Amino acid sequence: MLHLVLFLVFGAICVAGAINLLAQTHPISSALSLVVVMASLAVEYLLLGAEFVAAVQVIVYAGAVMVLFVFVIMLLNAGAEERTKGSHVALALGVPSVLAGGLLVAWTLLKRSDTGTVALGSLHGDPKTIASLLFHEFLLPFEITSILVLIAIMGAVVLASRPDLKPPGGKES
Amino acid sequence: MVPVSYYLVLSGILFACGVLGFLIKRNIITIFMSIELMLNGVNLSFVAFAAHWQKFSGQVFVFFVMVVAAAEAAVGLAIIIAVFRTRETLNVDQVNLLKL
Repeated sequence: MLHLVLFLVFGAICVAGAINLLAQTHPISSALSLVVVMASLAVEYLLLGAEFVAAVQVIVYAGAVMVLFVFVIMLLNAGAEERTKGSHVALALGVPSVLAGGLLVAWTLLKRSDTGTVALGSLHGDPKTIASLLFHEFLLPFEITSILVLIAIMGAVVLASRPDLKPPGGKES
Repeated sequence: MVPVSYYLVLSGILFACGVLGFLIKRNIITIFMSIELMLNGVNLSFVAFAAHWQKFSGQVFVFFVMVVAAAEAAVGLAIIIAVFRTRETLNVDQVNLLKL
């Protein structure tokens, strides 16, 4: 019962944050509602027994990634969104098909699937368990993602650097 | 006791909100945030299936998705800064050089 109440409360907060992200016109309001979504998702992860994932969700997503977003919004001085005419085809075909697909998936999951129930505390994804999986079974993907992050850092530096500015301490030519 | 399908429906709602934001919003930063919302919805379904099968592999996959999302956010925001520097706008309708 407590599990269901917690799921419903934080699921409602999550959906409300997601809808608020769509409704707001200013990007900083959208970014803050995305923080709400991510924080309540961390609680949902805790309910499913993913303790390490919940902690990483708060630290990496709600912390690092969203700080990056807010920093870029501040850096570019982004104001309220201008309403311009987008692609009519995308709106006319995309929105109804997303709604229809979502309703179909929800109906299938709720009425036609026999996935069981999950009890509170049936699984403990503590850091030790996750780390032993990560460093034994998933060692190669882990190393590949470390290379991916390294390339992403270099790519971000190259893309965001201004070629007309000289590096500090560089020789004047 | 909560059915796993409830979690899957919640993740589906989050994914649909992300797709709708991708279609509706005109600000390139907000579109990028909608992509993050979609990734979060998928993460929730990974964790729900990990709980359903009582296996930890799903949680490890969430870790990988988070790493890819962080790398994507860094590169994507750098591209947004580069676009803003050349076009002086964040509206995707005004970045239309490839449009016929």
